Amino acid sequence: MSKFQESLSRFCITAEIPPPKGADASSYLRIAEKTVGRVDGVNVTDNQRGMMRMSSLVFCKLLKDIGCEPIWQVACRDRNRLALQSDMLGAMAFGIENLCAMTGDFPTMGDNPDARPVYDLDSMQLLKAANDLARGVAMNGKPVKNVRPFFTGAVINPFYEPFELELLKTKKKIAAGARFFQTQPFFDIPSVEKFLGTVKGLDAAFLIGVTPLKGEKMITFLNEKVLTTPIPAEVTARITGAADQTREGLLAAAEFVNAMRNRAHGVHLMPIGQEENLPPLLDMIEAGK
Amino acid sequence: MALRYNALVIITKQKPFAEILKGVRGAQSLFIFGCGDCATLCRTGGEAEIAAMAEKLAAEGVTVTGGTVPHTTCHELDVQRIGRQFKEEIGKSGAILVLACGAGVQAVGDSLDKPVISGCDSLFIGNSKRQMNFYEKCSACGDCVLNETAGLCPETRCPKGLLNGPCGGAVRGMCEVDQTNKCVWIEIYERLKSQGRLDGLMEITAPKERRKANMPHKIEQPVRSAK
Ligand code: SF4
Ligand code: SF4
Repeated sequence: MSKFQESLSRFCITAEIPPPKGADASSYLRIAEKTVGRVDGVNVTDNQRGMMRMSSLVFCKLLKDIGCEPIWQVACRDRNRLALQSDMLGAMAFGIENLCAMTGDFPTMGDNPDARPVYDLDSMQLLKAANDLARGVAMNGKPVKNVRPFFTGAVINPFYEPFELELLKTKKKIAAGARFFQTQPFFDIPSVEKFLGTVKGLDAAFLIGVTPLKGEKMITFLNEKVLTTPIPAEVTARITGAADQTREGLLAAAEFVNAMRNRAHGVHLMPIGQEENLPPLLDMIEAGK
Repeated sequence: MALRYNALVIITKQKPFAEILKGVRGAQSLFIFGCGDCATLCRTGGEAEIAAMAEKLAAEGVTVTGGTVPHTTCHELDVQRIGRQFKEEIGKSGAILVLACGAGVQAVGDSLDKPVISGCDSLFIGNSKRQMNFYEKCSACGDCVLNETAGLCPETRCPKGLLNGPCGGAVRGMCEVDQTNKCVWIEIYERLKSQGRLDGLMEITAPKERRKANMPHKIEQPVRSAK
């Protein structure tokens, strides 16, 4: 059982750290080092938003080497079933045990818009392939020896319309082997409670997405580019009205995390571009516990 | 002649004239092939476009020795016949410019002993709603899933070709890749729901047998003679 999987028996905290754009990972690793023992898993994004970065698998290995518990994100966009399965064997060899499957933003949304979109598999098929391989069966139905287990999960968008369709997809992902879900960021407790009501009874852990808001610019960016439902006005007012907006954003996020303790399986921290604030955010979470 | 109205068309777009000229590579004289079928409907290789092209070429000092708009330029035996019909004009030309889809260009190149120049980019197989409005709905994947998807093709109409439901990216029902298109997976869901067939969506569709789409395809069946 992976350490991350074990942590789900209590309140669990995961955090997202992207691989570097460049061959030197030291600055992100220094941040990651400060999270060891304080978070239960570190999600490593896979060319997120179609932007070219270091291989997520390689960065997972670098994180593992410094004592982190990597959660390897795998997008369907860039690799066909041959490459995906061989990377999975590579992950097993590295001792990487957690896999989070996603479809992946289309290449035209990223920085290599002329890349061939692959999508040989979709996220359900990827989940199934990973779980089959982990029990020694490759996608062609042939046995594979010396495999290791995977703990697999996926993402869910609580604000997707029509939500009934998102729920249907979530049930399919569970049938395909997803045991945990990480959500898009929430900014208010009633929305979380409403969401948790809709997924009640499903056989998977739901980690509530939390993003510290750095200030007005980030709020505008998220509202326009990332979120399907805008950030509530009172949250925006709290941050933009503060003397130190970054600190207020971190405080609000920490309070939000602690408010989740008796509500959800755990939280998933997504600092989106302010990874350096992850350690202070953890300080505040621990102080407010 | 009344314009025939095809339902299914290989959609083409004329290349920029500078690019066509580059393809001419200094040939002094050209013969031009259009196509009476798709390229006429797309207004890229009909009678009017051939005449306009001849004028533009003349302005650049290129002699046009003749031109023709066959019924369908992808019919290779027909192209050979036309080659005999225009033997003299084609003989005097340094190359043949084809204003048709890539299949038409290659039919001419494979049938007649002259260098060919492609004047168009071929875009997609288009359904047409009205003149000059074309929509890509099938990309001939060789492994049709329409029976599972309420008759809406996710292989073609979802840019990611997803088979088990939508990605998380749709914005107010529109596709994240091109927000002028509805997310076809939401359409599939709505259509199945209205037909009371949503349960079928719960099944996990297996990955596609991509080898069925491997190119180049061909069919070589003996033709049974009519009795
Ligand atoms: S699945 Fe789509 S692309 Fe494939 S044959 Fe059917 S309609 Fe055409
Ligand atoms: S938004 Fe819909 S149509 Fe567009 S890529 Fe995602 S699933 Fe496909």
